[in-house]
Amino acid sequence: MDTIVTERVWVVGDSVTTDAMYPAFAMKLPVPQAARHIFYELRPGWTDDVRPGDIVVAGRNFGLGSSRPVAALFRELGVAALVAEEFNSLFLRNAINHGLPALTVPGVTAAFADGDTMRLDFAEGWIENTASGARLEGGALPPLVLEILAAGGILPKLAREGYVPMPTKA
Amino acid sequence: MGMTMIEKILARNAGLDEVSVGQTVVCDVDMTVMIDLQFATGWVQPLKINDPAKVAVIMDHAVPAPSVSDAAGGTRARTFARDFAIEKFYDVGQHGICHQVIAENGLARPGEVLACTDSHTCAGGAYNTAARGLGPAEVYSILCTGKTWFQVAPTIRYEFTGTKPAGVSGKDIFLYIAGTYGDATNHNLEFGGPGLASIPMNDRRTIATQGAEISADYSTFPIDDLARDFLTARGAHPGSYRAADPDPDAHYAAVRTVDLDALVPHVARPGTVSRNSFPITAIEQRPVNQCFIGSCANGQLEDLAIAAAIVRGRKVAPGVRLLVTPASQAVYREAMRAGYLQDLTDAGAVVTNSTCGACFGYHMGLLGPGEVCLTSSTRNFTGRMGSPDAEIYMASPATVAASALTGHVTDPRTLDPQQELN
Repeated sequence: MDTIVTERVWVVGDSVTTDAMYPAFAMKLPVPQAARHIFYELRPGWTDDVRPGDIVVAGRNFGLGSSRPVAALFRELGVAALVAEEFNSLFLRNAINHGLPALTVPGVTAAFADGDTMRLDFAEGWIENTASGARLEGGALPPLVLEILAAGGILPKLAREGYVPMPTKA
Repeated sequence: MGMTMIEKILARNAGLDEVSVGQTVVCDVDMTVMIDLQFATGWVQPLKINDPAKVAVIMDHAVPAPSVSDAAGGTRARTFARDFAIEKFYDVGQHGICHQVIAENGLARPGEVLACTDSHTCAGGAYNTAARGLGPAEVYSILCTGKTWFQVAPTIRYEFTGTKPAGVSGKDIFLYIAGTYGDATNHNLEFGGPGLASIPMNDRRTIATQGAEISADYSTFPIDDLARDFLTARGAHPGSYRAADPDPDAHYAAVRTVDLDALVPHVARPGTVSRNSFPITAIEQRPVNQCFIGSCANGQLEDLAIAAAIVRGRKVAPGVRLLVTPASQAVYREAMRAGYLQDLTDAGAVVTNSTCGACFGYHMGLLGPGEVCLTSSTRNFTGRMGSPDAEIYMASPATVAASALTGHVTDPRTLDPQQELN
């Protein structure tokens, strides 16, 4: 598995909730349409600007709230990874289970601004600002988590193990 | 080294003698609970599952179906329950908010691990269960394999001293904790101490449930006489479970004492409960448009009893909507039998069927732009209950009921000196 990503970042603040990313009205929509409402109130129009491969950077307590699978919406938009000062654990698990790398890196919001390019290795757990050269260490992801990411998420893994009739979209 | 409640339960279910903070363990899951929403989007029926006896399916978030997509999800849930002979299937009519149904049926058992597709699953910690919410993909995986992994987080312990005053509820205790200490992200909460005996089971569940709002992993209580009797009445008999008490030399990230005698009703201002909850005496008397009593946290029978006692013989203020959602069909029926629903509706409240509906702004009772809501439900996030331009304050059912009568945020203790509150 290629664990290095180099892409443009978007930076959001502290305690961004799941309601701010996957509001109840979007839960009534199919995933491709629901994905158009991420940050609907926080950063209106963001889903028009984000490109496949982009990385979302957040502050503390990222993803406080519900079990609703926000990660599926980020994947739908092609977001390549999430990096935060701190994650809500349910939100972090959702990301991993949907095959979306999520890395905890204290100091990340001070080291990056919108539009910067980040190089990150989620297996070794480091990130780098390609312009400033600033390099920050996060925790490496446990092997068990890397296995899920390598499979593209937990549903493809289950499909491979014979629990699900056909490969499913994470 | 000594272990906390959660460390003990995770160690047992991982087949280990001990675990320590930071360790990643793979645990057997004793009970897996799936909710209706899981079947509405992206559901694929599995070819095989681990053990139908360890699975429950509960219809709660979108019942009766407010959309065709939810109705189709219901059909898929019924097909799944039939094909895999799921006995613990709580379909519309026997339904309720999953954490209430879990409690009523003794599905959250002391010393066991419970996983469910809803973030407030930590509610089961009131019964000494290592219960937590997980995403639909992970719950699906546990359904298939019977296992998942956890990383052992540090634990914060709250020691209760004194006695809970009348008119102060679990909601007030939680809001005091959230307002004073803020988030507990990537931490577990553990409760105990000599004051615990004065906190009834419904209030413990409110506190455990709302651990989610301060971002905690688990929030657990010990098994005392009160908890034992509660569980026995719901079919979980002592001897059939092994409660997890913390070791005397367990290590905690922090130990904090809460003096119950000193507590007063609390209110959270809009946005978050974390460092944003205050004694009601410090809160502005905002006029309110909607008052809501319900949810997994505060739609319990005791909550409805308190609200009914406050509004009995009185009227909801003009221009105010009081919505009441019993947490389950069983609560609804009991509240009807006890006359609470009569009292509430006589006063002008609307009593809805049991569902998560208004709490998560999905159906029945959304807020419009510019409106102010006082809720006893779980979350006051921006946009949570409808328009992002609405403001959501949070308080206990007593405070919400009192405020519905006056039309502004009101301390229930000031409403009527003769009124005795529980």
